[in-house]
Amino acid sequence: MTARRRAARLPGFGLSLGVTLTALSLVVLVPLFALALSALRLDAATLRRTAADPRVLAAVRLSLTTAFAGAAGASLVGGLLAWVLVRYRFPLRRLVDALVDLPFALPTAIAGIALTTLWAPTGWLGRPLAALGVNVAFTPLGIALALVFLGLPFAVRTLQPVLESLDPEVEDAAASLGAGRRDVFLRVLLPELVPAWLTGFTLAFARGLGEYGSVVFISGNLPMRTEVAPLLVMTKLEQYDYAGATALAALLLVLSFVLLFAASRLQARSAEAGA
Amino acid sequence: MTALRPARTEPPWVRRLLVGAALAAVAVLLVLPLALVFAEALKDGVPAYLAALAEPEALAALKLTALVVAVVLPVNVVAGVAAGWALGKFDFPGKSLVVSLIDVPFAVSPVVAGMLFVLLFGRTGFLRGAVEALGLTVLFAPPAIVLATLFITFPFVARELIPTMQSLGTEEEEAAHVLGAGFLQILRRVALPNALWGLLYGLLLSTARAAGEFGAVSVVSGHIRGQTNTLPLHVEILYNEYRFSAAFAVASLLTGLALLTIVLKSVLEARERRGRSLP
Repeated sequence: MTARRRAARLPGFGLSLGVTLTALSLVVLVPLFALALSALRLDAATLRRTAADPRVLAAVRLSLTTAFAGAAGASLVGGLLAWVLVRYRFPLRRLVDALVDLPFALPTAIAGIALTTLWAPTGWLGRPLAALGVNVAFTPLGIALALVFLGLPFAVRTLQPVLESLDPEVEDAAASLGAGRRDVFLRVLLPELVPAWLTGFTLAFARGLGEYGSVVFISGNLPMRTEVAPLLVMTKLEQYDYAGATALAALLLVLSFVLLFAASRLQARSAEAGA
Repeated sequence: MTALRPARTEPPWVRRLLVGAALAAVAVLLVLPLALVFAEALKDGVPAYLAALAEPEALAALKLTALVVAVVLPVNVVAGVAAGWALGKFDFPGKSLVVSLIDVPFAVSPVVAGMLFVLLFGRTGFLRGAVEALGLTVLFAPPAIVLATLFITFPFVARELIPTMQSLGTEEEEAAHVLGAGFLQILRRVALPNALWGLLYGLLLSTARAAGEFGAVSVVSGHIRGQTNTLPLHVEILYNEYRFSAAFAVASLLTGLALLTIVLKSVLEARERRGRSLP
């Protein structure tokens, strides 16, 4: 209350809010409005045709499964990284901590060609795997791998602050009452970490669902087999099938809004629990 | 911080195992792709590397990317500083809605983001008539590339500045105001210098993302060589033509920018931590 009263005395509120809202409207809201209008104009026949198209169904299913697998992988590796970075001191720790942000800063197309070259049957890691009969590049496994890379910062950066804020006394108390390390982890630490972990998973899932650049190179892009939904949107646009593209894009958009809404609820809950 | 009491930590062999697993994961997932970019870029030697960068099409792509960044950054800074001030220093009804709306581009697939501008300016676009009446070409030309990049990068500066400005409070600004400073003077002399590192990181991240945006730009660019290809699109073309070392040579420029961004973030966070521990 006092903050509000004091803040009201500072100048520039109207001007700065006006600039913010104007820029937001022109840059973000008007373009989104175009998609909403186009989606509302779709007729039932187009929607039926899109919903029954096996190629669309295959692409949506592939996007959902690979994004899920990628987010799960990112959560596992990210959980390990966050734990180690917060709890232990080891050589290269600061470097590892900085590198976690790489997928966030590296252009997706470059991640895409680097991962493809690395995991292709002729690549540094793909060749030994190919000798074992495992193909990563140009399969759904490769798509999931690219999405593990992409989702890693989300998983680590949502868990890190929660791990840092855990009260050490609770652990000490549990240990002094005779709980072993495993019990302390499973019963004391894990319940505190789950909301943040799920938040990171959901953010990575939402990001992976719409991802294009890091996926198109490693996926191989075979219709029905390794074609993700965003790529199919692109194909439909190139074929001037604006109605089909709009239907699929609207579906993707609604899915990620739902996921991000869920993530923000989770985050609010874990913030409450932490307070 | 260094001396964890035994009750709260794991046996040494567990710790060593976990650290080893973490380092291995980082090596495979992050370090190898990064090393590969530079190894492939220099595979045919330094002269070939430099030649790939000096190709007219590479230079044209660099120029277009620089142009996009040069238009996008000032808009992001003005909007981001405005958002930082309005949302970081004031409370008002509907504030959380505005914050969520600023985040919306994060939720949109890059391909869908590009598509929005096809729907606005394409064959059946809502603004097609208006743009044609003015004699402008937007789609499959630099203006659409700029617009799509603006959409994608819009949240970055604001996202950094809103929490930074909020955490700094309003006392210094109020003091400046009482002493007679106007809005722009307070911004320039007090609020922005205090939030400088947040602004700088937001700027660099915005630059890296604007220069590297691929999906959205791919939809609206039209892929006209030497005219509407940005650096990432040029990389894609070279790669698809099996000119791998040239592709990675151009890619190494953007990779360097990404590395600069994460180094700056690391420095910034170290400064913040030091600031917090001081009385």
